[in-house]
Amino acid sequence: MRVLSIALNTFRENIREKLLYNLLIFALLMIGSSVLLTRLTVGEWDRLIINLGLSSMNLFGVLIAIFVGISLVSKEIDKKTIYTILSKPVPRYEFLLGKYLGLMLTLLVNTAVMVVGLIAVMIYLDAPVTLLLFEAVGFIFLELVVITAVGLLFSTFTSTTLSAIFTLAIYVVGHLSTDLKQFGAQMDGLGKAVLNTIYYILPNLERFNLKGQVIHKVNVVGTDVLLTTAYGLAYAGLLLALASIIFQRRDFQ
Amino acid sequence: MSTTETILQTEGLTKTFKVGFWGRHVTVLEGLNLNVQRGEVFGFLGPNGAGKTTTIKILMGLIYPTGGRATVLGRPVGDSRAKDRVGFLPESPYFYDYLTAVEFLRFYGHLFSLRGAALENRVTELLDLVGMSHASNMQLRKFSKGMLQRVGIAQALINDPELIVLDEPMSGLDPVGRKEIRDLILRLKERGKTIFFSSHILHDAELLCDRVAIILKGRMVACGHVSELVGQGATQSVEMVVEGLSSEGLEHLQPLTEKLLIKGNQVLIVLRNQQQVGNALEIVRVAKGSVVSVTPQKGSLEELFIREVKGTQSSLREGQ
Repeated sequence: MRVLSIALNTFRENIREKLLYNLLIFALLMIGSSVLLTRLTVGEWDRLIINLGLSSMNLFGVLIAIFVGISLVSKEIDKKTIYTILSKPVPRYEFLLGKYLGLMLTLLVNTAVMVVGLIAVMIYLDAPVTLLLFEAVGFIFLELVVITAVGLLFSTFTSTTLSAIFTLAIYVVGHLSTDLKQFGAQMDGLGKAVLNTIYYILPNLERFNLKGQVIHKVNVVGTDVLLTTAYGLAYAGLLLALASIIFQRRDFQ
Repeated sequence: MSTTETILQTEGLTKTFKVGFWGRHVTVLEGLNLNVQRGEVFGFLGPNGAGKTTTIKILMGLIYPTGGRATVLGRPVGDSRAKDRVGFLPESPYFYDYLTAVEFLRFYGHLFSLRGAALENRVTELLDLVGMSHASNMQLRKFSKGMLQRVGIAQALINDPELIVLDEPMSGLDPVGRKEIRDLILRLKERGKTIFFSSHILHDAELLCDRVAIILKGRMVACGHVSELVGQGATQSVEMVVEGLSSEGLEHLQPLTEKLLIKGNQVLIVLRNQQQVGNALEIVRVAKGSVVSVTPQKGSLEELFIREVKGTQSSLREGQ
């Protein structure tokens, strides 16, 4: 229950943040702009809508996850509100989990608003709305589950600026990790070992990208959905556990 | 206090921090021994940077000591069973300013698993206690510093704690605000609460505290009842203002005084001790002067404090 109270308070804090609305409006504008772009496209315009829509959802979700996520803890420390919470019978990991779930709730609402926007555009343009589209959105959210955990982990031991840089870097490299492995395969010795290690340690974010499948109408196998979901949740869980261990040992000076 | 029960205790509490790029060790607290009894108002005094906030953060489980031990309500710091019975207000916090006073207190109530009517009653009661009922549905961003400090104290009281720890509760407040906080502390004492607060405003501590501890550079330099500490060192001088004194009279008075200030027709005389008062009055009477006032100067906590600070500084210099 304490976790829930902290999560709801975080959610309330987020939805009163201006940054969130700016990003959300921008995302909706981008999704909406596909209405105009289809006029300039010859054929295959439903691909354009889906591509633009899912990309906007991904990009803006990640931006919110990173920029709100990294300040979740540091803001509480700066404002000294964390002292009033941790001096109460609230274990530190519960605080961290509450902050995390609060932001996830914000991102869920945010993603839902963007989905509604995208579907509205698709219905307006007579593009077919498929189940696969919802699977893709679900996977985008799963990626946010992982990215937010990455941001939170960094923010437990480093400054907000560094956390932002590191998390962005992991987001970018996480999408390129398959390339890294292939690149490593062409090398030998140390280079191969290093690239392989990076491949296995960093999250493989391309697994959460179903844009291609939606566009080319390739169905995703049920076991793949389950495995990827399990992968995302386990990865985020591990990061949160690590963040809790670091947070537990920390001095709040 | 009929029975004494230790509510808060530290033994040889030590904290060193690593600072800078090379991780140089800086000792912030060194072997601090504190002992706070149930029902007392205990002032924890010292200049800025003396280690007051560090001590309080250790007691609240926010930082870990490097050495020594600390117990709160008989349990090691950080124990959630002790935290259940403690209230804490950090130094100048910036609370969740998007919440109203009621939402704010409800949130903290939830952290103690308070719910429903019990929570609502508690919130109303606390807003009333700190005199904030009129602003219960106002967002905290519109609050003045004094108002924030008062809801901050209400937040610390949400679990009806036995021990209340306040870090610099009076700092940044105007005289009216300070008086309100002082009255609030006394009201809590009447209710049988133990209050431990840090301050560098000595006047407040003198008015409120049963006992005080003074720390400097992480070490305790004095601890005891205010009256004892003040009585210990300060010389009990007497100030006397006399009018129409002849120059002959002035000459006679000279040997008795520590200081003599002539201001127009009046003379301000500072006598070394109370025993001189009789002699001085006799001289004034003979010299046909009239006495305007006689004021014994009590030593204050401030004098003691400044003396201790100077003493520590000079001993440190000698040490170097």
